[in-house]
Amino acid sequence: MKDAIKLLKSSPWSAKIGLAIIVLNIFCALFAPVIAPYNETELAGDVWEPPIWSADAMPHDTPVILGTDHIGRDLFSRLMFGARNTITIAFVTTVIAFFVGSVGGFMAATFKGWVDQTLSRIVDILMAFPTLILALVILTVMGTSIPVLVFVIALIDATRVFRISRAVAMDIEIMEYVEAARLRGEGFWWVMKEEILPNALSPLVAEFGLRFCFVFLFISSLSFLGLGLQPPLADWGSMVRENSSGISFGILTSLFPAAAIAFLTVGVNLVVDWFLHRASGIKDV
Amino acid sequence: MNNLTRMVLKRLFLGVFLLFIISVMIFIGVEALPGDLAESILGQAATPESIEALRRALQLDLPPLTRYFYWISGILQGDLGTSLATNRPIVDLLGTRIGNTFFLAATAAVVSIPISVGLGMLAALYRESFFDKFISISTLTMISFPEFFVAYILMALLAVEFQIFPSLAMVREDMTFLERLYTIALPALTLTLIVVAHMMRMTRAAIINVLASPYIEMAHLKGIKKARIIFHHATPNSLSPIINVVVLNLAYLVVGVVLVEVVFVYPGLGQLLVDSVSKRDLPVVQASCLIFAAVYILLNLLADVLSILANPKLRHPK
Repeated sequence: MKDAIKLLKSSPWSAKIGLAIIVLNIFCALFAPVIAPYNETELAGDVWEPPIWSADAMPHDTPVILGTDHIGRDLFSRLMFGARNTITIAFVTTVIAFFVGSVGGFMAATFKGWVDQTLSRIVDILMAFPTLILALVILTVMGTSIPVLVFVIALIDATRVFRISRAVAMDIEIMEYVEAARLRGEGFWWVMKEEILPNALSPLVAEFGLRFCFVFLFISSLSFLGLGLQPPLADWGSMVRENSSGISFGILTSLFPAAAIAFLTVGVNLVVDWFLHRASGIKDV
Repeated sequence: MNNLTRMVLKRLFLGVFLLFIISVMIFIGVEALPGDLAESILGQAATPESIEALRRALQLDLPPLTRYFYWISGILQGDLGTSLATNRPIVDLLGTRIGNTFFLAATAAVVSIPISVGLGMLAALYRESFFDKFISISTLTMISFPEFFVAYILMALLAVEFQIFPSLAMVREDMTFLERLYTIALPALTLTLIVVAHMMRMTRAAIINVLASPYIEMAHLKGIKKARIIFHHATPNSLSPIINVVVLNLAYLVVGVVLVEVVFVYPGLGQLLVDSVSKRDLPVVQASCLIFAAVYILLNLLADVLSILANPKLRHPK
């Protein structure tokens, strides 16, 4: 704990801002029902009411801070619930992708031979597909539901995780202590968990941040295209889509959820950037 | 040179093989569809006879392997099948849209490549300076933005607030080249901003990588001027990574175009694809995905080949 605080104090301001953004988002996601003045699907007022600071804001008993959306729901409340839905799904997807990808990568690095060949070639083929196109093909065939969404994006992401964890594990695998463990007669799971994983952790943590950003943006994009989370569930990507027709009339409601997406990704990226810089141990020459 | 052609041919063969695998995957994916295509088209109220008739019309009664060969040989002859939603040949649907999509992507590429390579070089040259830091933070922010956020900000600013450009990119057949350019200004600008951020970061990294090598330090120690080092010593060796960066970003552009097309209601391939996915119009999805995948693979192949050509070490492998 002390180390963590010390580390935090030594971090540059950009990383601190990033960390603050992440904490704020997690807080909103956890306490959405407490913070949000309205319910996820509750009508609060008229269609596209302006935000509270605008000159022609409507009076309400409970404040409608950011105005209302295209059918009159409170935008601020939906943003809070959206944080909950989008961030949770993105997080679960990233965790699955990491589990599958890193176990695959470690297996390829440890067993080599045909295991490595098979896994690597499958990943090559999956990576030759443009990501969005692959997702669209699978979503057309299996329909759009949350489990399918999670599966598709986890699959796409697992290929990237596989690449990096295989490369990292390859370097660790040739170390004497791994050989010693193997000579001792330890099994694959043990070697993976006790010898390879702890040493591969720091590059993988940075990768986790990057992959989370990717997954998060990807889900938002799919939702924006109408192929992700389905209404009436609040989700930042679909909220942009629902309110986008207002833009041509100068109603900027859809920019709030879009900005929320950008805000969180910038935060995560700032932290990852610092982490990568620290982990690499070298400054740009 | 013989070695070189063999290497290029090998890559080419690999590309064709990948395309083949992808066509099989797209086909199997549709094959794995729960239920029957004919049933899902006609709905639940259909009589068994009409389903049977449609199955015959769609050749669903043939074995899968035969159908795959019909499908793929049709595509090779330029026949992409018929759309389920509109009942029109897919080639008619795609014709102008492919042109539109490539026009948009090409415009964005022409604008963004010189900007990003130039700025990337400058950032590498004056690294750790204020200029470099500013560029680094702003590109990082740009990368974190979803495409549609950039698109809507531009739209709200330049189309609604200041009304410089049209908010929707509705191109028509009878427009002149300049009119077209004006119409697609906003989508092209959106794509440019996104791609420039990626390309610049990668260009900067590639050049810094070269600048860190011992022979550059040697040149410094010999007292050669900075500009000469950059242009005579560093550039030839960073050419191959930069070409790679550029072409990879072009491939990214081809996919990034999908979202931007949807935002600006641009009549391109991406919009058709997204529409067809929500209508579950499978033949159109198959055809357009195949086109996107083919372009993507070709560009990746091009990146490979060009970086071999630009790198003497790869050109003459020992």
